[in-house]
Amino acid sequence: MAEEKDPNRRDFIFIATGAVGAVGAAATVWPFIDQMNPASDTRAQSTTEVDLSQLQPGQQIKVMWQGKPVFVRYRTPAEIASAERDDFAQLKDPASDASRIAQKDGKPGKPQFLILQANCTHLGCVPLPPDNPGFLGKYGGWFCPCHGSDYDTSGRIRGGPAPLNLLVAPYVYLTDTSIRIG
Amino acid sequence: MSGPSTYEPKSGFTRWLDKRLPILRLSYDSFVAYPTPRNLNYWWTFGAVLSLCLVSQIVTGIVIAMHYVPHVSMALDSVQRFKRDVPFGWLIQPMHAVGASMFFVAVYIHMLRGLYYGSYKAPREVLWILGCVIYLLMVGTAFFGYTLPWGQMSFWGATVITNLIGAVPIIGESIHQWLMGGFAIDDPTLNRFFSLHYLLPFVIAGVVGLHIWALHEAGQNNPTGVDPKTKEDTVPFTPHATLKDAFGVSLFLIMFAVFVFYLPEALGSADNNIPANPAQTPPEITPEWYLRPFYAILRAIDFDIGPIKAKLAGVILMFGAIAILFVLPWLDTSKVRSMRYRPAARQFFILFVLAAVGLGWCGSKSPGFSIITAGPYQATVSWIENGSVTREAITSPSPDATPAAMAAAEAAARQRGATSVFVQREGGVNASLIAISGGTPRERTLSAPKSEELDAQINAAKATVGAAAPYVSIKRQTPFVFSVTQLAQMLTAYYFLFFLVILPLLGLRETPGRVPDTIAKSVVAGEAQGA
Repeated sequence: MAEEKDPNRRDFIFIATGAVGAVGAAATVWPFIDQMNPASDTRAQSTTEVDLSQLQPGQQIKVMWQGKPVFVRYRTPAEIASAERDDFAQLKDPASDASRIAQKDGKPGKPQFLILQANCTHLGCVPLPPDNPGFLGKYGGWFCPCHGSDYDTSGRIRGGPAPLNLLVAPYVYLTDTSIRIG
Repeated sequence: MSGPSTYEPKSGFTRWLDKRLPILRLSYDSFVAYPTPRNLNYWWTFGAVLSLCLVSQIVTGIVIAMHYVPHVSMALDSVQRFKRDVPFGWLIQPMHAVGASMFFVAVYIHMLRGLYYGSYKAPREVLWILGCVIYLLMVGTAFFGYTLPWGQMSFWGATVITNLIGAVPIIGESIHQWLMGGFAIDDPTLNRFFSLHYLLPFVIAGVVGLHIWALHEAGQNNPTGVDPKTKEDTVPFTPHATLKDAFGVSLFLIMFAVFVFYLPEALGSADNNIPANPAQTPPEITPEWYLRPFYAILRAIDFDIGPIKAKLAGVILMFGAIAILFVLPWLDTSKVRSMRYRPAARQFFILFVLAAVGLGWCGSKSPGFSIITAGPYQATVSWIENGSVTREAITSPSPDATPAAMAAAEAAARQRGATSVFVQREGGVNASLIAISGGTPRERTLSAPKSEELDAQINAAKATVGAAAPYVSIKRQTPFVFSVTQLAQMLTAYYFLFFLVILPLLGLRETPGRVPDTIAKSVVAGEAQGA
């Protein structure tokens, strides 16, 4: 044993085994972590088609997309005018109305149809439209009953705790009166 | 603390077993001969109460799991079926649901007892930290469990709390989806929450084992905070502590039974009987009472702190409120354990308890709810009767030049003798101007106790003067309002001040009272509330 070199064979085997063990442990743990991510069938539900032809001006419907509600609102000319005018107002999360109605490929949308994800950007509640008795908003768009976030007719945040505008749902026009979300 | 074992096997079988698995020796040394301070009061019986709560939750939970279906379309119905159709389901389900609340009643008393008598100080730091781990696991288990009946509060509680993760910059949204197993709270979320809800109580049981091990190594604290020095200071665990625990547990179980049989729904939210609906938020979302203080801290931060957004700051403070408990042993600088001999600290402790209860109240109220409104809401509505109205369109060469063009047009209109001018921007380069000249200025002052009522009065006033004058100007005077959010901010500040400033400084500056030399002396002097 007197000729034990430093590092000797045992040191080498120790480090090599440790390194292989660490990689093996990481490779084993990863599948158990990744299984928590959205599964294929969940991801497959990721598009929703909506027929717009039945909507009346001033009407709003909620459709489900990826398990979440989406607002589809047929805006009145007055709502469109107020949204466009406020492009130049003091905004917490500045965005022009044109950018809020754009399709997901960047092509311009139609001003009357606003397609937004329906969860408040604060903590995820569903805001109420103006015809709801619980609506207390000052901007005519949506009002969140949970913590009082106030959105305008373009879905932009104007008051309350929410940090961001209602998210635009990614959509494209399939025909003149139908869209696909997702 | 426990000296050499004094267990002596009596029969042939126990002698045989003792050489092979000394489990009877361990039980005897831990729960019979184990020396406990002779002055323990009833606040010390909550360890036994909590052990019972854990056993009760596990037993009732295993039974409910035999009948529960973790699927979004069947979960609520399966709980209802359990309550109505399964023999004794009507009893076992409320035992579990009420039991969760009882568990937290007991754990909060147990923690406050530790805080008051300084049970977290050396050599019991690890014991305290293990207790904090148990508490954190209890919070997680309660949250997962609350999701399982899949009512409106289950769904929206889970939505709001998982959304908090999204406040983490950059990676927040990926973690959020990983946690939910999809893009919203749905079947995959319900299934994993059920799995974790079944798992965590056994993890708690494991950590409780460590907690008791650490307790028996360091020995129990006592109301004087003085270490036992001689045999005079202690009594054997059985029968003294055993009987005291049994009496305390009996009283606790009577309260438990009152809730189970007479008030089974009193601590829950009625909204949770409505099936979960992802498209409809209930008007008021609040967690169960035991998590409301932390919910209030979360909502208290409604302003950005430097680069940290309000939402993230709230999340950090909420988790910080629990995290701070872990380092408490090193924040309190006092050499004296028990606040019985720290009169100043006792005052701050009482304020702390009140602040925590107050935060719980804030968590149950809507954040804008006004506690005190100093005076009425007022508005002055002014208009010009019978003036001549001129309209004008403004166009500027570029969007940047529009504000200047608007100001210039307004000044020009006033030059021409207009008494009242309204300018409104219509778009990038367009604006409109309305000028009124001549006529009689009129004014009306409105007053109402509530902001909504004032709005109604303003609308009514506008309607009545509308025919004579189409344009009115409104000046509002909002009184000072002390809202739930502001109260929550003050109480949150005190919560953190107590741990971060008061306890560290007080230990260095205060003059504690006279601490008795031994436990036995304090008992003889009649200071202890029991022996």
